[in-house]
Amino acid sequence: MDQIIQPVKEYILSTYLKGEDPSALKDTTPLITGGILDSLGTLELVSFLEQRFGIQLEAHEVDAERLDTLQAIGSLVKSKTATV
Amino acid sequence: MPCLHHWLDASVARAPGAVALTDPGRGEIGYGDLGHLTDRLRDRLAALGVGAGDRVGLYLSKSIDSVASIFGILKTGAAYTPVDPGSPPWRAAFILTDCDVRVAVVERAFVAALEAEAAKLGKTLRCLVLEEVGGGRGLAAALDAADRGGVAPVTPTADPGLDGLAYILYTSGSTGKPKGVMLTHRAATTFVDWCSEVFQPTAADVFSSHAPFHFDLSVHDIYVPLKHGARLVLIGEDLGKDPGRLAELAASERISIWYSTPSILSLLAQYGRLERHDYSALRHVLFAGEVFPVPRLRAIKALWRGPRYWNLYGPTETNVCTYYEIPDQVPEDRTDPYPIGWCCSHLRSRVVDLDGSILTGGEEGELVIAGPGIMSGYWNLPERNAAAFFTDPDGTPWYKTGDLVVEEPGGVYLFHGRRDRMVKRRGYRVELGEIEAALSGHPQVREAACVATAGPDGQVTIKAWLASRSGGRLSIIELKQFCMDRLPHYMVPDAFGFLDTLPRTSTDKTDLQALKALG
Repeated sequence: MDQIIQPVKEYILSTYLKGEDPSALKDTTPLITGGILDSLGTLELVSFLEQRFGIQLEAHEVDAERLDTLQAIGSLVKSKTATV
Repeated sequence: MPCLHHWLDASVARAPGAVALTDPGRGEIGYGDLGHLTDRLRDRLAALGVGAGDRVGLYLSKSIDSVASIFGILKTGAAYTPVDPGSPPWRAAFILTDCDVRVAVVERAFVAALEAEAAKLGKTLRCLVLEEVGGGRGLAAALDAADRGGVAPVTPTADPGLDGLAYILYTSGSTGKPKGVMLTHRAATTFVDWCSEVFQPTAADVFSSHAPFHFDLSVHDIYVPLKHGARLVLIGEDLGKDPGRLAELAASERISIWYSTPSILSLLAQYGRLERHDYSALRHVLFAGEVFPVPRLRAIKALWRGPRYWNLYGPTETNVCTYYEIPDQVPEDRTDPYPIGWCCSHLRSRVVDLDGSILTGGEEGELVIAGPGIMSGYWNLPERNAAAFFTDPDGTPWYKTGDLVVEEPGGVYLFHGRRDRMVKRRGYRVELGEIEAALSGHPQVREAACVATAGPDGQVTIKAWLASRSGGRLSIIELKQFCMDRLPHYMVPDAFGFLDTLPRTSTDKTDLQALKALG
C-alpha cells in the first residue's frame, strides 16, 4: 500500500501544498472536503493516478468519497491494479 | 407587460404536454404539471403569509423541485433569494437573515446546520422543508404533508408589476460579508427579451442549465427556455464538475443552446473526450463570467465545430450588457482575448474617467451601464448604493461596473481589467477582501492579504500572505480547512506564504504590489 500512497502523497504535497510540513499530510487528511483539491485538482489527480499506475478510472469511480483521503486513493488504485 | 412567471403560464397554456424540465437520472416534468406544482406552492406560501414585497429563501440542490420553487415564489409576488447549497451554512444563514426572508424553502439535509447558524446570529428562520429533492417529488410530498394540516386555499397568481423585485443574488463582498444584488422583473424580462432577439430560440430548442441558481447565468438558463416552451436540462452540482459525464449528457440530451463559464468549456475540451459523441444539435455556445484564453477557446471550437460562439459580458448588477460573436475562424497566431463586444440593445453604455467625464477618444476608462436591465441596488447597503451609481442631469442612473475597457472603432469594447480588487476565478466573482476577512478571524493570524495572478493559460490563482501571531508558519492543511468552513470552495486560496510582518506602503496600507513581486 505504501508503494501507492507515497508517490501520491509527494504529488499532492508538491502540487497543492507547497511549503507544508510533509508529516502534516496524514493518510486520513480530507483532501476534497478539506479544500486541498478543488474540482480541477481532482481531475488532475485522476490523470496523475491513471498515468502513474497505468489504470483507467471510470466516471463513477472518481467521486469525492473514493478520492478524499490518501487511504481511500490507495484502496481505489489497489483494487484497479489487482484486477489488471 | 408580463412578469417572469407569466411567461411560464403562457407556455403551459400553449403546450401543456410538452416537456419543460429534465433532471437527468431523476425524472422530467411537463409544462402542465410544472404549472400545477408551482400553483400549489404559491397557495401554500400565500397561506404562510408570503406576498408581494416579501423575500423567500431557496436552499436546495438544483432539481425540478428548485425550479418549481422559484416559480411558486414568483407567483406569490415575492422575490426569491437563492443560496449556494455548497457554501458553508453560516453564509446561507447570513444571506437569508440579511434579506429577512419570510419563509425559506430548504432541503432537509441543510436544515439543522442552517438553524444553528441562524441562532448564532440571534435569528430564527421559518422553513418549508423538502425531505429530498429530485424529479419534483420532494416538493410535491412537502406540499401533500402541509395539506394534511389543512389544504391551502387557492390564491390568484400575483402581478407584482415590472418594478416588483424578482430575485436577490448575493455576490462576494469586499468587507467579508456577501452583498445582495436586487433585480426587478423589468431587469430580468428585458434581458430575456434581448436573448430572444439575438439567439432566436424556439420550442424545439434544448437548453443546458449548468450555472448554479445563485449565479446570474441561471437567469438566462431558467427563463429563456420556459418563455419559449423549450426544454431545459438541469445539470446538478456534482454532474456539473464532471467533464466526462457532462460530455455524454450534452450529446444524449441533444442540447442545442449551451451556456457556461469558459472554465467548464475548457474542462470539456480537455477531459470530456468530445470526439466520441454527436453534437449535431448544438446551435449556440454562450460563455460568460471570465476571460476565455484564446488557446482554450480554439480547443473547444475544434471539437464542437457546428455551433456559433458568443462571448457574453456583464456583472450580476446588469446581467449581460455587452456581447460579441466569435468569428468562425480563430487565426492560428491570435493570442489576444476577443472583445467583450457591443452594448446589448436594451441597455446604454459609456466609458468614463474617474470624474465621470465621458471618454470618446479610445482611452481606457470605466464601463458604465444604464437602462432597464440594471439592478435596483444592493439590499440594505445605502453607502454601497451611493458608490455604485452616478446620476445624469436628466435623472438617468448609471451603474459603474468597475471594469476598465477601451472602446475600439466601431463601438466594440475591449476588457482591460478591474478598478478594484475583485477577481474572477473559474467564472466566480471573488472579492479578495472577503478571503482576508475570513483569514483574519483565524486565532493564529495577525495580518492577512491576498493577491491574485493569472498564469500564461489565463488561470487565476490566489495566494494568501499571512503574518502569524507567533511569527512562525502555520499548517497549510489546517488553513485550507479553516477557509472551507467559512468560504465558498472557489474562494479557498491556492497557496499560502508567511512573513514576519506584511510590507507597507508609504501611506501605511498593505503593499500588495510588493507581495505580488514575492511570487
